[in-house]
Amino acid sequence: MKKYSPLTQLVLARLREFFRTPEIVFWVYGFPLLMVVALGIAFRNQPVEHIAVGIENSEYGQTAADALSMNKKFEVLRCDAEGCRLKLRTGKTDIVVIAAAGPRYEYFYDPTRPESVLARNAVDDALQRASGRKDVAATAEKQLTEPGARYIDFLVPGLVGMGLLGGGLWGVGFVIVDMRIRMLLKRFIATPMKRHQFLSGIMISRFIFMVPEIVILLAFAWIFFGVRIQGSFLSVMFFVLLGAFTFSGIGLLIASRANTIETVSGLMNLVMLPMWILSGIFFSSERFPAAAQPFIQALPLTPLIYSLRAVILEGTSLVQLLPQAAILGAWGIVTFVLALRWFRWV
Amino acid sequence: MDAVRGLDLEIEAGECFGLLGPNGAGKTTTIEIIEGLLEATSGDVEVLGMKWGQQDEEIRQRIGISLQETKLAEKLSVLETLTLFRSFYRNGPDPVETMRRVSLDEKAAAWVGKLSGGQKQRLAVACALVGDPDLLFLDEPTTGLDPQARRQLWDIIRGFGEQGRTVLLTTHYMDEADKLCDRVAIVDHGKVIALGSPRELIASLGGEHIIDISILDGAGIPQLQGNDFSALPGVQSIRFEDGQISLSVAEPHITLPALLVRLKELKRDLASLTTRHASLEDVFVTLTGRHLRDNAA
Repeated sequence: MKKYSPLTQLVLARLREFFRTPEIVFWVYGFPLLMVVALGIAFRNQPVEHIAVGIENSEYGQTAADALSMNKKFEVLRCDAEGCRLKLRTGKTDIVVIAAAGPRYEYFYDPTRPESVLARNAVDDALQRASGRKDVAATAEKQLTEPGARYIDFLVPGLVGMGLLGGGLWGVGFVIVDMRIRMLLKRFIATPMKRHQFLSGIMISRFIFMVPEIVILLAFAWIFFGVRIQGSFLSVMFFVLLGAFTFSGIGLLIASRANTIETVSGLMNLVMLPMWILSGIFFSSERFPAAAQPFIQALPLTPLIYSLRAVILEGTSLVQLLPQAAILGAWGIVTFVLALRWFRWV
Repeated sequence: MDAVRGLDLEIEAGECFGLLGPNGAGKTTTIEIIEGLLEATSGDVEVLGMKWGQQDEEIRQRIGISLQETKLAEKLSVLETLTLFRSFYRNGPDPVETMRRVSLDEKAAAWVGKLSGGQKQRLAVACALVGDPDLLFLDEPTTGLDPQARRQLWDIIRGFGEQGRTVLLTTHYMDEADKLCDRVAIVDHGKVIALGSPRELIASLGGEHIIDISILDGAGIPQLQGNDFSALPGVQSIRFEDGQISLSVAEPHITLPALLVRLKELKRDLASLTTRHASLEDVFVTLTGRHLRDNAA
């Protein structure tokens, strides 16, 4: 019977250090929630409410303005040629209408801006009707607003993946390099402490911080945005744990030799940046060209986010996601083995 | 480039042994090789009758180490830190007892980051003591501490030695080596240049007292030479440095009157005169022509 278990003490020490540093607790637990709130509000899906239309001052401009003002969704602004151009360029209006005798309308808009294209069609429609066009076919509308298809639903699994990536790199990589710089690693090695217990302690404490991180994020998204997990919660946790393991391995590899803060920060950015952009946190990784896909799919974060989305949004079963799990697991195992081989203790 | 070369030391059980030398002399390299933290390119190290690479775990269980610049976790309390270190060892006293031994019991719940320099250093030594070691390594244990904090640490180290345990410490403070160590090795440029008890080393100067004098400057007066004083009774050696003349003497009360007479003959006026006991610093200066520390008095 041992009174003092080194593993327990090592884990306790990490947990205490973590929870006694409020700024780190905020970055780990609070920041992802702020991201959900900010992005959830910024990209909330809602019907297009109003269209800002600039109408160039001219004899016939008033007729166009009167026609559009009949419909409340148009916000009409009168301006001279130069003022209209400036408003369009700075995004204050979505389209500029130049009216001439006939009536003849000229639309000035930006075909790369979706709301500008939308405005062109809506304005054209309204002006044509005001000029006497009759619709020949009868139409009816049905609207789709299904949970699971909104941007917030897409975003939350991405943020879970991003949290696991950052947590592994900061919580394992950075922490170890910091200990090496402070000569704490060397001090530990000067005792009879077992090296595997030290590394296990770091890993276990990392897993302990991570569970609330993910649960808080998912619960928050569920309560405030109605993001539901369609598949099994256990499958979600399986991928969360697998992701935490893999990114801890990558963190350990980054930390294996670095002995300055600059080196470890540089390496962490080198690893994180491509995945932030390519792995589909904020938008689908399939938007990148086909030629880049083999590389993108081989990054560990891509299969993780893909799997989390599949389980959370579509209820896909674990068995169907085994190929993704295999890629992720392979990254974890390979980086761990390399890290342990290269690790420098003193 | 070797930091240490051809260094041969034998430290006996139960003694307090000091490696004394200026910064960069190779003290830390030496002690870390003995601690098994650095690998020597050649040579043998035997610790408590065991060898590194064969019985590492066993050696680690029986030694305690305080490194020169460990920054312990700032957000752990004193007791938590000691409990963590205690958990690595098979045997040892309760962490609370170790805490008491270094007089940190009042700070049990204080975070390491809030401790003073002296308290941090005592905690570092306590971390070396938690495993109840037979052999204690201290690398520059009092560097940067105020005099009172240094004395507190000396008491702790002496208390450990009084239990018949062995201490190996490095220092660049001659008074520390003088007060704590049974034997001292003076190290310079990676070599031992003198070895013995502080008493023996000081005695090797020939006189246990030093008379320092300086002369008022005057235009056109030739510099004094060693042979101006060598005929004085009891003078063992003479050292000139920055306008100061240091005479190493056995009996100042015999040398002093003769010195004053001699200065009058030479028509020189004294600017200052002091007498003091010879120290390890004098040993070092005599051997190397340099001081242990650049700003040393």
